[in-house]
Amino acid sequence: MPKRNDLDSILLIGAGPIVIGQACEFDYSGVQACKALREEGYRVILVNSNPATIMTDPETADSTYIEPINWKTLEKIIEKEKPSALLPTMGGQTALNTALDLDQKGILKKHNVELIGATKEAIDKAEDRELFAKAIKKIGLKTPKAGLAHNLEEALKIQQEIGFPCILRPNFTLGGMGGGIAYNSEEFESICLRGLDLSPTSELYIDQYLSGWKEYEMEVVRDKVDNCIIICSIENFDPMGVHTGDSITVAPAQTLTDKEYQEMRNASFAILREIGVETGGSNVQFAINPEDGEMVVIEMNPRVSRSSALASKATGFPIAKIAAKLAVGFTLDELSNDISGGKIPASFEPTIDYVVTKIPRFNFEKFPQADSTLTSQMKSVGEVMAIGSNFAESLQKAIRGMENGKTGFDNIEEELTKTTLRSKLISPSPERLWFIGEAFRQGSSLDEVHDLTKIDIWFLQTIEEIISTEKKINKKTLSSRDFLFNLKKMGFSDQRLAALSGQSEEKIRSLRQKLNIKPVFKRVDTCAGEFETTTAYMYSTYQDECESNPTENKKVVVLGGGPNRIGQGIEFDYCCVHASMAMKEEGYETIMVNCNPETVSTDYDTSDRLYFEPITLEDVLAIIELENPYGVIIQFGGQTPLKLAQELEKNKVPILGTSPDKIDLAEDRERFQEFVNENKLKQPPNGMASNKSQAKSIAHQIGYPIVVRPSYVLGGRAMEIVHNDNDLEKYLDEAIQASDSNPVLLDRFLDIATELDIEAISDGSQVEIYGVMQHIEQAGIHSGDSACSLPPYSLPDKVIKKIKEQVRVIAKQMDIIGLMNVQMAYANEEIFLLEVNPRASRTIPFVSKAIGLPLAKIASKTMIGKSLKQQKIKNPSNLNHFSVKEAVLPFDRFQNVDPILGPEMKSTGEVMGIGTSFAEAYDKSQISAGTIIPDGGSVFLSVRENDKPHLEELATRLDQLNLSIVATKGTAREIQNMGIKARIINKVAEGRPHVVDLIKNNEISLLINTTEGKESIQDSSSIRRTALDNKIPCTTTLQGGLAICEVLEKRLDWSVQNIQDIHKSIE
Amino acid sequence: MTEKKAYLYLDSERFFEGFSVGKNADTCGEVVFNTSMSGYQEIISDPSYTDQIINFTYPHIGNVGTNDDDLESDSNGCNGVIIRDPSTITSNWRKQDDLSNFLKTKNISGIYGIDTRKVTRIIRNEGAKVGAIVSGKDHKKKALKLIEEFVPLGGKDLASVVSTKKVYEWKEPSWRKDFDDNNLKIVAIDFGVKHNILRMLKDRGFQVIVVPAKTTAAEIIAMKPDGVFLSNGPGDPEPCKYAIECIKELRTKRIPMFGICLGHQLLGLALGMKTIKMKFGHHGANHPVKDLDSNRVFITSQNHGFTIDSKSIPEDVKITHLSLFDETIQGIETSDKRCFSFQGHPEASPGPQEIQELFDKFLTVVKSNAKKK
Repeated sequence: MPKRNDLDSILLIGAGPIVIGQACEFDYSGVQACKALREEGYRVILVNSNPATIMTDPETADSTYIEPINWKTLEKIIEKEKPSALLPTMGGQTALNTALDLDQKGILKKHNVELIGATKEAIDKAEDRELFAKAIKKIGLKTPKAGLAHNLEEALKIQQEIGFPCILRPNFTLGGMGGGIAYNSEEFESICLRGLDLSPTSELYIDQYLSGWKEYEMEVVRDKVDNCIIICSIENFDPMGVHTGDSITVAPAQTLTDKEYQEMRNASFAILREIGVETGGSNVQFAINPEDGEMVVIEMNPRVSRSSALASKATGFPIAKIAAKLAVGFTLDELSNDISGGKIPASFEPTIDYVVTKIPRFNFEKFPQADSTLTSQMKSVGEVMAIGSNFAESLQKAIRGMENGKTGFDNIEEELTKTTLRSKLISPSPERLWFIGEAFRQGSSLDEVHDLTKIDIWFLQTIEEIISTEKKINKKTLSSRDFLFNLKKMGFSDQRLAALSGQSEEKIRSLRQKLNIKPVFKRVDTCAGEFETTTAYMYSTYQDECESNPTENKKVVVLGGGPNRIGQGIEFDYCCVHASMAMKEEGYETIMVNCNPETVSTDYDTSDRLYFEPITLEDVLAIIELENPYGVIIQFGGQTPLKLAQELEKNKVPILGTSPDKIDLAEDRERFQEFVNENKLKQPPNGMASNKSQAKSIAHQIGYPIVVRPSYVLGGRAMEIVHNDNDLEKYLDEAIQASDSNPVLLDRFLDIATELDIEAISDGSQVEIYGVMQHIEQAGIHSGDSACSLPPYSLPDKVIKKIKEQVRVIAKQMDIIGLMNVQMAYANEEIFLLEVNPRASRTIPFVSKAIGLPLAKIASKTMIGKSLKQQKIKNPSNLNHFSVKEAVLPFDRFQNVDPILGPEMKSTGEVMGIGTSFAEAYDKSQISAGTIIPDGGSVFLSVRENDKPHLEELATRLDQLNLSIVATKGTAREIQNMGIKARIINKVAEGRPHVVDLIKNNEISLLINTTEGKESIQDSSSIRRTALDNKIPCTTTLQGGLAICEVLEKRLDWSVQNIQDIHKSIE
Repeated sequence: MTEKKAYLYLDSERFFEGFSVGKNADTCGEVVFNTSMSGYQEIISDPSYTDQIINFTYPHIGNVGTNDDDLESDSNGCNGVIIRDPSTITSNWRKQDDLSNFLKTKNISGIYGIDTRKVTRIIRNEGAKVGAIVSGKDHKKKALKLIEEFVPLGGKDLASVVSTKKVYEWKEPSWRKDFDDNNLKIVAIDFGVKHNILRMLKDRGFQVIVVPAKTTAAEIIAMKPDGVFLSNGPGDPEPCKYAIECIKELRTKRIPMFGICLGHQLLGLALGMKTIKMKFGHHGANHPVKDLDSNRVFITSQNHGFTIDSKSIPEDVKITHLSLFDETIQGIETSDKRCFSFQGHPEASPGPQEIQELFDKFLTVVKSNAKKK
């Protein structure tokens, strides 16, 4: 049954910005789907608001819309493009929900668009828990005891039937947002109220909490003639109660007998059939009672998911690609399994001969007020995957790939009482793994640890064995080849062995060389070696035979960015993928090294060869020694590979582009300052201190406010603005930890300055500036969290010219080859240089999409000596459209966290708005980020002292827009004095009713709340939090407020335009 | 688990050093690899592996221990096992014993700490090889002697060796299943039968009489069966002349027959087809097989080193199933639809259970034939 010929064009919806619960995996699946569908001759129309994706590259789809993902915008696109079908299963929950909206509003019917891949009925049946439970019961399977409540009263009634503990989940929310586990009635009520509020349908599911049950996931693919296959089984290390996205997971399932596994397999197929998933990939989650094997069905997703990306990487079977082909009518046996060179069909079940471990990556350090206990609501921001010959090896490889400072089961440094340790074991958290290690180290038995954690003893025993082996490690024992080889087989890193034996990592490496102990590389081939593979998808392990078979070709290695985290996300993967594509275009063999399973870079199709490995010195050196590449690109994967620069150079690794010395120059404060002075550039007054008193005296020299931060960090980690000695002292108590004994940097904070990001490429002789971006938020907000406009929307031309001149000087003097990002501030008619980043930056994909040039590709070509002239790149002289990037923040995930922006980056993702005016671009970016700027109602206005000069402008414009102003006494009086009406409302401390009451009563539709100083920030935090919880737009900067005015003054019914057309119009 | 050194030899040049597991005795057999990720106990106790050493491609073997319900035979099953990383702990609510002990009670020797993927790749490239697991002094000499003395599987009748010596009735249904009697009698000829086949026949309500491999057609006919089942088993089908003769005779009596694996090959031979030895056979739980009638693809469990030659199909036999891995014949049916057989393992155990409908088909055929009588 070949593909359908009645379809002509297919609309694909992306997942939008990276948020917790929806990350790069949907770029990976979207790209695969686009490729697969175009391969079959269909015209693909794509919508995604996230510019940092490969899928929104103009080459990926035929017509690409970087527009807000909602039914209204989609209707415009449908009207314009008239697609014959919509494939909603590749863009996560966002795409499914949008497709359902389009269906419900009758738009699909009206324009004759067919839903393929999943029907409305199937989506409903899978997503609606009541329908789902009914369906499961019908086929003789079980779901946990459960009920659906629409209000607190109903909820309490259901609770009585189920008992405690019970688990609460709001219907139709991302990643289980707003859910939780209740052990008592107080907790129950509070979760209920939050959940009912967050559910778009005001529905809350209350389930029996299967505490301590084992959790499994099956990745299933079905075609339209009912051929079903399991791609992968996954077993969760953490038992039920922790969201599967936050669980450590292992593939394949380890503790099931075949009979139990087959029951689960049969059940998975029965569920897909009953739900009515006609074609494509789905996952089904099960819980198993470890006491008697009782099996219950937890949920299923009728679409590709994070787990299916993991399963694809774990097995080498490209689920999204196959699912896309099945959606247009192919059957599994008509498709071939690429990785085996097409020798076998896709209609088989992958079998693997290694163990895969995934560990989620968290960022709680950025949200100190957030509760880091893991629950049914997902909180992780990324993940790493590792492949090993055994569980111990894959687990320890995954740990060192996380790049959180851990090199294995590192000792817990803090003093631990028995009680603390117990509670650390009982309560799942990002650190639990190491507390388990510590428990064994302190002599706890397997049973004791199992009783507290409920983690299967099969997993725990491996950790116990690792710890007991660690005790045997010392300088002397390591000199035995057998022992050391055995340790490497268990996955011990050189760094960990160094720490345990009191030697340097280098010593361990040379010891290994002396004893001839080095890793071999095995291939991932979907078939456990039964068939020959032509695909070079590899992992390292300590076994006999090496299958890497490196070629003699001229090759370039690209080091990826490792797990996603705040500050280092999909943008860097985008750049790595482009580097690889560019090198391929130039005739090099390309080699990718990365350990993030969500990404496009770890698709075995992206580069000629893929090493799925942690990005550590040890692992990278092993690959380079074997491959002997012409060059290595380390500047595209963010801080993770960049950190290795010096060490790699020391080991004679040929690094392409800007030299490690110059990278160091840019990162090292002292050297950088010298550079600034030499070139007569200007920096904000600054200093460096290694202790408290020194810091204070420098602070007095510079003058407050001051930005303090540790050196060598990305994403503004631990960066803060302090206004007095008190704040500074408080900060220093924490910063020393965050900076790895690096000194602390103090900079004069440029208040009310305009911040700028500049992207340039230098080939050594020519420097081209491709983008000057003006931040909407003033300096002081981390550039990653700030919205920005390209071109600048309110900067005089002569300033831009001056900026460009300075950037050219910097690039020349720093001997930049490749990408360079410069951050500057413009204040009081002066230009200040904030930082130079001789590497790929977060805004590269955004600028590339805005100006229609693949900057990362162009830059990588300069790194192998192809000049800009040779590349014939024409830098656009004039843009007749505006592009705005807006950050997307995860505050709604973390209760009690103040949603205020500051110098430490907190956003997980970004969106892009494009328009013919700044207002259009900004408005679209806000809609994409989830903020609908209201065109009426009341605005609560509260500005800090420094913003007062702009108060009149702001108030006047708001007033003219017919927004009624509400303000606290002082501000209100000032506004009234300007002749503008303002209603007075109490501050929270002034008694009730106060501003928070007003917000809760839905009497405020917009908040403009700027504040400074620790105390007043704390005082006003409940205002911002309440606004967030009630989904009321809130800006914390004056410039944000003015941008809102601009939007409202010019707002029209915006039209949609694809980027292919936009790029054509660029001169 | 011992730390006693053991060696796996594939020939005089290639050997692997590891540690002994299970019974610590020298052993020899044809080394084949199995790619299943679950069900090691069923695999090890499958009599079809007689004279073979199983190289497990999945690294952790032994995770869930062993239990009585998952046993596939009372005989010893395979000649040896090669494991990368046997589990030192067992975790499953059904476990009764651990792998190491289980191997000892079954008299099976094994070796662990081996790069099993390397072994797999050698076999994939060169075909199934005779290998030996040995330990102690002069290991090379001992191994090479064993290999030299090993009688290759081609031409070897092993079915009669592993078969039951006496007639008995099988009464147990599948794990967690019940059955209703259907008043039909099946004689199952045991060429090395897996318990799960008998369980699944029982699930369908048959009275199941198991008879030795060399039972004659006359003896079977005297039992007045409504159908005859031809079981799986080890070795080469061709030298099992007694069975081929028996099947031919049962054909003339119009008795419905259903064969699995070796039983399938024997039916083929009795129908005038030929069998050939494969390069390294099919051993795994992920094999796609296409039903040529419905065009549906089934993922099946497989374990065979011989196959029916596709160049030898008589007119009154229809090919019903093909392997999508290598196009080998996976199922045949006589044109009178009374006899059919399947090369893979519809009884699973271990492996996918989705082609169990073949047992239902057998029930239908036997029933309708009984009515006609």
